[in-house]
Amino acid sequence: MARFRHWQIRHSPSLCTLSIDVSGKKQNVLSVEVISELDRILDGMDNDRPAGLIIRSGKPDSFVSGADIGEFGKITGREQALDIARRAHRVMDRIESMPMPTVALIDGHCLGGGLELALACDYRVCCDTPSIRLGLPEVKVGIHPGFGGSVRLIETVGVTAGMDLLLSGRTLAPLAAKKTGFIDLCVPPRQMDRAARHLIGQKPPRARPSRLNAVFSVRPARSLMARILRKKVSAKARQNHYPAPYALIDLWEKSAGNRDAMLAAEQVSVTDLILTATSRNLVRVFFLQEELKKTGRPATREEFRRVHIIGAGLMGTDIASWCALRGLTVTLHDRSPAALAKAYQRAYGFFRDRLKQPRQVERAMDRFQADVAGTGARYADVVIEAAFENAEVKTGVFAEMEKIARPDAVLATNTSSIPLETISTVLRRPGRLVGLHFFNPVAKMQLVEIVRGEKTYAKSVARAAAFAGKINRLPVQVQSGPGFLVNRVLMPYALEAMELLGEGVAPTLIDRAATGFGMPMGPVTLADTVGLDICHHVGETLGAGGPLPAILKSKVDAGELGRKTGKGFYTWKKGKPVKEKTDSGQDRGDLEDRLIFRYLNECMECLHLGIVDSPSRLDAAMVFGTGFAPFTGGPTHYIREQGVEAMLDRLHGLHHRYGERFRPSKGWLESLG
Amino acid sequence: MHKGRPVYIIDGARTPFLKATGKPGPFRAVDLAVAAGLPLLNRQPFAATDLDEVILGCVAPTAEEANIGRVASLRMGCGESTPAWTVARNCASGMQALDSAATHIALGRSDLVLAGGTESMSHAPVLFSTEFVAWLGSWTRSRSMADKARSLKMLKPSHFKPVIGLLQGLTDPVCGFSMGQTTEKIAHRFGLDRESMDRFSVRSHERLGAAIDNGFFNGEVETIFDIRGHRYFEDTGLRRDSSIEKLAKLRPVFDRPTGLVTAGNSAQITDGCAWLLLASEKAMGKFGLQGRGLIADSQWAGVDPTQMGLGPVHASTPILQRAALGLDDVDYWEINEAFAGQVLGCLAAWGSREYCRDELGLEDALGELDPDRLNLHGGGISIGHPVGASGARIVLHALRVLEHHQWNRAMATLCIGGGQGGAMLVQRPSG
Repeated sequence: MARFRHWQIRHSPSLCTLSIDVSGKKQNVLSVEVISELDRILDGMDNDRPAGLIIRSGKPDSFVSGADIGEFGKITGREQALDIARRAHRVMDRIESMPMPTVALIDGHCLGGGLELALACDYRVCCDTPSIRLGLPEVKVGIHPGFGGSVRLIETVGVTAGMDLLLSGRTLAPLAAKKTGFIDLCVPPRQMDRAARHLIGQKPPRARPSRLNAVFSVRPARSLMARILRKKVSAKARQNHYPAPYALIDLWEKSAGNRDAMLAAEQVSVTDLILTATSRNLVRVFFLQEELKKTGRPATREEFRRVHIIGAGLMGTDIASWCALRGLTVTLHDRSPAALAKAYQRAYGFFRDRLKQPRQVERAMDRFQADVAGTGARYADVVIEAAFENAEVKTGVFAEMEKIARPDAVLATNTSSIPLETISTVLRRPGRLVGLHFFNPVAKMQLVEIVRGEKTYAKSVARAAAFAGKINRLPVQVQSGPGFLVNRVLMPYALEAMELLGEGVAPTLIDRAATGFGMPMGPVTLADTVGLDICHHVGETLGAGGPLPAILKSKVDAGELGRKTGKGFYTWKKGKPVKEKTDSGQDRGDLEDRLIFRYLNECMECLHLGIVDSPSRLDAAMVFGTGFAPFTGGPTHYIREQGVEAMLDRLHGLHHRYGERFRPSKGWLESLG
Repeated sequence: MHKGRPVYIIDGARTPFLKATGKPGPFRAVDLAVAAGLPLLNRQPFAATDLDEVILGCVAPTAEEANIGRVASLRMGCGESTPAWTVARNCASGMQALDSAATHIALGRSDLVLAGGTESMSHAPVLFSTEFVAWLGSWTRSRSMADKARSLKMLKPSHFKPVIGLLQGLTDPVCGFSMGQTTEKIAHRFGLDRESMDRFSVRSHERLGAAIDNGFFNGEVETIFDIRGHRYFEDTGLRRDSSIEKLAKLRPVFDRPTGLVTAGNSAQITDGCAWLLLASEKAMGKFGLQGRGLIADSQWAGVDPTQMGLGPVHASTPILQRAALGLDDVDYWEINEAFAGQVLGCLAAWGSREYCRDELGLEDALGELDPDRLNLHGGGISIGHPVGASGARIVLHALRVLEHHQWNRAMATLCIGGGQGGAMLVQRPSG
């Protein structure tokens, strides 16, 4: 048999094992070449009939992490895309129709195309390591499965569970995957081979969902279900922004009665999707994310075991719990033992929700140490200050930390408004101080700003970024300056919303304009969530384009600070804003522009000032830090797609109508040149 | 006196002792051990993995705490390669842990040892009776419906009566005396009266209250936290309103209705843990540690189980004899307060020419022990007596009293259910 670049074929007396080991890649991906090799291997097997076929990875602790997303950009035409999908489908069909039992042995991430390959096998055995993820997350790059996975997943686990995974792109841990029904055996690593042989020997019936699913072979039942699914999806994503989930529901509704028709329809539908701007932009965002991850992976090996955090407020506690969740030992210090008690309780709730298994929760709690005396600072690899936003408090902390912390420990502040240069004055080596600016809620917000002050050593920045990488956050390097990057950009956007409120426009209308554009949260809701006092404080330190809106000051004076006080611009009940369904106040047609252009203009200003060093970094930071409409590919990409000059014209118009706060940043012209 | 290499006390810490309130408390025994151990280890100049071994005393670990010493050691991050074990000598389990650690250090088998005791008496198990367990066994073995029906017929209401583990533990398994009854016997022997026992108890509370108010426990008691957002920073057994009049109203609980021992003049059912860090000179040199005290000697003694409360007399007297010391020559005494009557009985025994002659083989009475050199900051009656932990607590506290008063020598001693006594002589390093 011929030798192959990406596959290894091994025959034991009766079994044939195909091991995928894609050359030149850390993780296996199903590129066109890898799939066509598999096709040729299957050709060879026509004459040769082993008792069973096992497909596994040749790389340790891995399976297949998906299709090769890098190839998406090289697809130029519809015919080419359709051809790729057809060929992949044919290979999957061949595996499915093999006369002998086929087993996928999964001992690492099994995502997208990888799971589609596994679903084409008769059985799937998965290693029980909880960190393994399985799923079909294609919607996250603007498409749906294209190797027959949507058909086979629904066939295996039923419509409800299947559609839930397909439409959300959610991934599951092995045990959950077994419970959902698309993993036959979930076993410890030592039992993997025996489990595969067991299935091949026993040939149990293939996993199938409850017979109730037969009802969906009838069109009216499918139509009803499709309506329900569309409604569910529309709460999360708009069809004009994210067409993929809608396309998937359509194709299922139209053709699920006929398996071959649905397989064929999937090929056509995925071909259309892969060529959409949404998909291209989401792929761009995926690679931007990979870029940021790289900055968190230093060339030299950094060891981070112990973290000392000062300040057991909400941020301090949440950063501490996150670090403990990620396996670090954390000492959380606060002058107030009462604050530590609250922190301990909060951390327990977090671990219980996240980890569920009591033993794991206990292990995490043992790593999360309420440090009354503050002795943990002496041995910490990283010290993070998350105390009150008060320069005196912070300088006090760092003066002490420089004395007691190890000389090679990272000294970081989580300040959002006090210049690093002010804090570092107390240090003998001010270059040690770096900003590690986390966002709230820490567990959800992937981005961490690595803030470089005037004096910060490059080494401090690199180590802080490596630390962020270690705890699975996305580091983005920014220069010290009021609001750094993310808050600085958000502020004018929120302030413009307040101008609009001052003009009598209803808050729901303002928020709808922003979410209509694709923002995850309207600016009024955002301001209420952040807290109007904080907005006021940050607004003042930023001194953003003239006086702060009067309405903000009056709200703060009235003690209506937003979500935390139950009343801000909205009235909040049970953590949710009460949105009245009125269309009061008129949209003069430029509502969305006023909000978005202030946002975009500030982005350009940040590039101009060098707060962030490249447009693509800025795009990544804005998508992961503010949720800026991911389907646009990020703010600067959006501007380029729309045409810089055209966009600038619109901004000039706003400048003309509304005055100085819309004065275009110099960054626009620089980006033109 | 100890043979072999000197054994130093480097540091120590304990949890607040938490009075049981009739239901399982917020911490299991191992949780207490971790809560007291982490802040202690975090302030050392060495890593937890540098420990040579961890030894933990505990009378009644729960079923999920098998070799509780190892569980605590792993949870505190002492590392997989640091061995850990559990010791039990009933009420002296914590002291046994210290003695075992000291022995290993003296012999040169270990250089740096974390040793202590822990107990969560509020988590003592409630058990099924043996008869019921036997019935359950036959029930699970019965296959057919007929078998099952036969089995069901054998079930009796008495099967469901629970066995209270704590009560079993506080009853001598050989002589059948409850611990309180052993004190009744001592009180009778020495003619102790109820009032002196109650007065002793009130003073225990007064002394604890004063010590808390003076902040004496800063540096000994660590603040600990539970998952419900509560913190615990002082001993909760303290009754500031305790008075002779109030205690006089309590009824005897052991020899009913005429006895002298009441809940008020007995140690309280309590949860708590105490750790000490012991080291050889070699480890001190290696890690730059300061020795705060020396474990100069220790002794175990067996006594009549029905008078187990006199154990301290028999354990500490040989130490005094070996060092040719009188009661006064020891600057400070910690005699664990299992019962007021039992501590007073010990003092009476030392003061009794007859007892010293007949039971200790001395020529004369040893004499009076100055009450101002005994249990200065309360004891088991006020602080509580988590059985496995107290032996370590009194050694730690005795050392801190020596440091505070610049005294030289202290004896920590306690009685042990089952008829034993344990004692440890602590000295401050000279020069």
